[in-house]
Amino acid sequence: MEIYILLGFVLILSIYLGLELISKVPSTLHTPLMSGANAISGIALVGALTLTQDTFLQTVIAFLAITFASINVFGGYLVTNRMLSMFKKK
Amino acid sequence: MENFDITLLQNIAYIFAAILFITGIKMLGKEATAQRGNVISAFGMFIAIIVTAINIVNPFVVLGGILLGAFIGSVIAVRVKMTSIPEMVALFNGFGGLATFFIAWSEMVNANDNLFQYLLVILTIYIGGVTFSGSLIAFGKLSERLKIGKGSLVTNLFISFFYLSLISILAMLVLPMIGGLPFNFETIFYIYLVLVMLGGVGFVLPIGGGDMPVVISLLNSLSGIAAAFAGLILVNNVLIVAGSLVGASGLILTIIMAKAMNRTIGNILFVGYAASSASPSSEQGEVKPINAEDAFLILENASSVLIVPGYGMAVAQAQHVVRELGELLEENGADVKYGIHPVAGRMPGHMNVLLAEANVSYDLLAEPDDVNPMMDTVDVAIVIGANDVVNPSATEEPGSPIYGMPILEVANARTVFVLKRSMSSGFAGVQNPLFFKENTRMLFGDAKESISGLVSEFKD
Repeated sequence: MEIYILLGFVLILSIYLGLELISKVPSTLHTPLMSGANAISGIALVGALTLTQDTFLQTVIAFLAITFASINVFGGYLVTNRMLSMFKKK
Repeated sequence: MENFDITLLQNIAYIFAAILFITGIKMLGKEATAQRGNVISAFGMFIAIIVTAINIVNPFVVLGGILLGAFIGSVIAVRVKMTSIPEMVALFNGFGGLATFFIAWSEMVNANDNLFQYLLVILTIYIGGVTFSGSLIAFGKLSERLKIGKGSLVTNLFISFFYLSLISILAMLVLPMIGGLPFNFETIFYIYLVLVMLGGVGFVLPIGGGDMPVVISLLNSLSGIAAAFAGLILVNNVLIVAGSLVGASGLILTIIMAKAMNRTIGNILFVGYAASSASPSSEQGEVKPINAEDAFLILENASSVLIVPGYGMAVAQAQHVVRELGELLEENGADVKYGIHPVAGRMPGHMNVLLAEANVSYDLLAEPDDVNPMMDTVDVAIVIGANDVVNPSATEEPGSPIYGMPILEVANARTVFVLKRSMSSGFAGVQNPLFFKENTRMLFGDAKESISGLVSEFKD
């Protein structure tokens, strides 16, 4: 149970940190920020990699989780980068 | 001992990854550093994935999945048109949610003897599943593949599924604590998985297109929260930190969007415009159409021009000709600005992306608070396919459903051109008195053709 308390601390502090970091973002960057944050939520891939694969069902689930999380990670970062490379000041 | 060392190494690497995510997200918040911020965050992701992959269970499954996902994701990302960005973000977001849904499902077997773990799994399945199916519906709506109206039979059916899914998660959370679930648990669990998916559909289906900026931000936030919960299940700090950052940033965007519409998040999600008391504005005058030639004559003499784009510009793909017109006006000696409303379009900052694609410098883009005070010095305001965000009812008619919403007060400019396909009202279904104002001229037709017409007048 103690470990959950510790993890709970990390959770709460990270949320507060996130709220502080983003609170004053110019509207120009709303879309790239959303898209970039979306790519970060692909961190689920790290979780998917650690899944146990003892049964056939578990293996299929792990494969699907890894595949979809990878689409999220690669697609998310690339599209954000493509978008940001267009933002220029002249 | 060897195992311990790998875990230690992974945890140290996760700390670095977390630092890179935090730095990356901070840099994403400023124009000058945004692109580097994204690269830094991607580097953090790279580190986290590599160290996790050191001791993987089944290399074929893992590598196969990563390569397949990387291929699909990259192809979509490289090929997508900038006008389709909103639906792409929705789709990627949904896939992230689906991954956490699977993680929680897989971890169910480890949750049998641990009540807390069980509760986390049930919650994560719900958030991840609703994020996935909700995002798919948002994708369908944004790409206009899905056209099911509010109030239709299908919508109502799925709304009941949404409530059913809420009841089922409550049951799943509470029943084990007060003496276990009846029947065969496995069967109930699978029914729960299906209900969650259907519930997500029912959550987003009734929400209208104009409210999509809020929905997308919220789903984005949910996918982060789902990842953070998955981190709690797996006892993995980097998932918790990264997921929370995304959850928080999505939440802030959601709040900004809701404020820009002067509505509460609950009102947007569960009520919609239709239920607000609509007072039909009776006084209407006559609209005054104008043709490209006359519009050009007015523009030629203008020394200050404000361009206000809306969803119509995205639909007509008119951003490039708009930039061309802007440049011609500048060459003609006019001061050109773009007035961007936060909820114009279908996602937060939608107009900014399109204008950036067309090479419009971002320092020419101004927010309502910046342009409204000097609106009376603007000679011509050109409204391109925007409607509700320039509707003066928001400031003049206390009975109007959109009263109180901050708008771009273009009606105060000397002359207003409204480019519009027809006289239909905007998403909110509210008549727009702007069209009938003394100083308003309507330029009917496709936005791209109308602007092209102006551009060729300038070139002649």
